[in-house]
Amino acid sequence: MSSRRLARYALLTALAMALSWLESLVPLAGVVPPGVKLGLTNLVVIFALYRMSLRDAAVISLIRVVLVAFTFGNSYSFAYSLAGAALSLAVMALLKRSGKFSLLGVSVAGGVSHNIAQVLVAMAVLETARLAWYLPVLLVSGIAAGVCVGAAGALIVKRIRL
Amino acid sequence: MKKLRYDLLLILGLLLAAAVMYLALRPGGQGGWAVVTVDGREVGRYPLSEDVTVTIGEADYNVLQIADGQAAVTEANCGDHTCVRTGAVSRAGETIVCLPHRLIVEIRGGDGSDFDATAG
Repeated sequence: MSSRRLARYALLTALAMALSWLESLVPLAGVVPPGVKLGLTNLVVIFALYRMSLRDAAVISLIRVVLVAFTFGNSYSFAYSLAGAALSLAVMALLKRSGKFSLLGVSVAGGVSHNIAQVLVAMAVLETARLAWYLPVLLVSGIAAGVCVGAAGALIVKRIRL
Repeated sequence: MKKLRYDLLLILGLLLAAAVMYLALRPGGQGGWAVVTVDGREVGRYPLSEDVTVTIGEADYNVLQIADGQAAVTEANCGDHTCVRTGAVSRAGETIVCLPHRLIVEIRGGDGSDFDATAG
């Protein structure tokens, strides 16, 4: 691995972790339903996906999920965020490759699939299908978050050279 | 700009899916029972008509409080307290979930008469 690539990984992973932390500072708890969030970290993943490669985005995502689990989380939150990160990256990569969607659409699909993955993990952990009623809430919040992150991401991908 | 059209279609499609799911899965009317499940096994059911406070579990505990026809987890020693923040639920189909303790509080049944049907 070149030192240039290593430096990029380190920089973007640190940024992703900082954004996770920043988002946790916003006192949304109690105001919005559980699981609803902005997903600022996805900015970093989108940047890596568009300006580097799918492989780079996957590596950065995985390191971030592992490090966040070790620092702030526990084993169940690890399974949770790993599923969210993996599904959302896979869906975003597919949509990007299809060439039919702009970054905004890719980001929306990423936000929504992240939320769907988390509900699926919760259903598996709790061995119940009765959480399905929660999906519409997370679909709508995923769309809203995806639009915000996508709009910001489009600017960043266009302007920042790394 | 053509891509934005696909983006818009995607968003509209997802919103439509959310609306359909909402209509199909939305919580029903006032529920009759709070059914508590841990690890997929039912550990208790409490009528919403009687005010009661119970502690579920020992080392890993959640305090379930039923008052004014509503059920809420008021205290717990799980890591994230999502269950406490969920607040009070009372409509059939609503749930309070504590993932770390693998606990679900689910509201079922209108007046108890349709209990078997809803319990499935």
